Amino acid sequence: MLRKIGDYVILMGQALRRPPKFSIFRRQLVHEFYSLGVTSFLIVAILSVFVGAVAAILVAYNIDNPLLPDLMIGFVTRQMVIQEFSPTIICIILAGKLGSQIASELGTMRVTQQIDALQVMGINAANYLIMPKIIACLLFIPVLIIFSIFLGIYGGYVACDILNIISTEDYVLGLRSWFDPWTVTFALIKTVVFSFIIASVSSFIGYNVNGGSVEVGKASTDGVVYSSILIIFFDLILTQMLLS
Amino acid sequence: MIRIENVSKSFGDKKVLKNVSAEFEQGKTNLIIGQSGSGKTIMMSICTGLVEPDEGEVFFNDRRFSNLPERKRRDIRKEMGVLFQGGALFDSMNVEENVMFPLNMFTKMSYKDKLDRVDFCLKRVNLENSNKLKTKELSGGMMKRVAIARAIANNPKYLFCDEPNSGLDPKTSELIDALISEITEEYNITTIINTHDMNSVIKIGQRINFLYRGQLWWKGDKNSILTTENKELQEFVFATELTRRLR
Repeated sequence: MLRKIGDYVILMGQALRRPPKFSIFRRQLVHEFYSLGVTSFLIVAILSVFVGAVAAILVAYNIDNPLLPDLMIGFVTRQMVIQEFSPTIICIILAGKLGSQIASELGTMRVTQQIDALQVMGINAANYLIMPKIIACLLFIPVLIIFSIFLGIYGGYVACDILNIISTEDYVLGLRSWFDPWTVTFALIKTVVFSFIIASVSSFIGYNVNGGSVEVGKASTDGVVYSSILIIFFDLILTQMLLS
Repeated sequence: MIRIENVSKSFGDKKVLKNVSAEFEQGKTNLIIGQSGSGKTIMMSICTGLVEPDEGEVFFNDRRFSNLPERKRRDIRKEMGVLFQGGALFDSMNVEENVMFPLNMFTKMSYKDKLDRVDFCLKRVNLENSNKLKTKELSGGMMKRVAIARAIANNPKYLFCDEPNSGLDPKTSELIDALISEITEEYNITTIINTHDMNSVIKIGQRINFLYRGQLWWKGDKNSILTTENKELQEFVFATELTRRLR
């Protein structure tokens, strides 16, 4: 375990260096923006709308008390979506999509000797392959999460409207009540940490594949599993640290 | 010239290379032959710096290469071209981008100059007008040829070929052998080829090093290998029914 952590730190040390040619790094980064970020918009959009709608229904079901005003549904839905559902649940979903994509891509490059080819040419393969993925995730996943927050809240609005849980006016009033901007900062801090976990852990696992197609498949699964576990673990730590 | 001196390498208890010393001459095709598990691949990996030797040194024209930090090796690495067993082409790139890759990384040439160089290299391996093909559209022989074009794009002084004929039909194998041999002489490159294909040995083996159980067992050329009295080498050379009958 300690050895793995040490190897991970060494790999990140190699990866997170100044790229030798910025024009090539920029090209790689644009490619990763598309490959990892833009292609994730649809899944994030669909999940966010449904998660937001379910959150509103659940809140309405659980606080069905005449002493609590209807606007509480909008308020609690907003807090849940901003603080937990979007940054954590969507990041776990992204760990599934991006984590497996990154680990299997690098794993395949390893077993087909493409990484060896880079190393023999004298190129820092970790820097060339991993850094654009990490930077793309750090810059793009927060954008996806902000998008997800809006859609999640909109999903709650649609649920209220279609299912007649409460009036949409009360829902919107709830959304606008007791807003603390720190919750958005909190969500973005979590997102940045989770983005780094997704990109770096999956890269580490994929980069160190040893074997053939079976090992690439296993690396893909491990990338998702370890990223998800670490996200949940750091969710607990960051929530305690930032909200206590 | 590449020189390895007293190189040993172990993995756990298994000693893969035992005190091997050899010289690979410039402008010649230097072959490393031997049975599977004899240490050929490790020897080549040590020469290319992908694996560090436990003992011994590797020199490129008297410049030490082994056991150095990566930044100190970079100048020598820029002089290397490597043809991997499967080609190791970057599958996110097309043929042109693959061949242009070392030029993008290590030169300040203009795009037009790079394109000219790519066209020249592709023409040299008989693949003109294949620039825009994706790697998945290439046959095994074409992949090897593109990999050769990429390896020579940056005018290497040292060319390493790991089993260049594996997975190819005899005719394409001959073509690849001829290409490597021609390029070696034409550009005066130090070429090291790791193979167990006897046809390549007979055709292009100007200098041959036979590895047996991790030791350098025999040195010679394509003529002397057929008349050798070395028992282990004879077993290797005449291992197939065809070679036994021809003998």
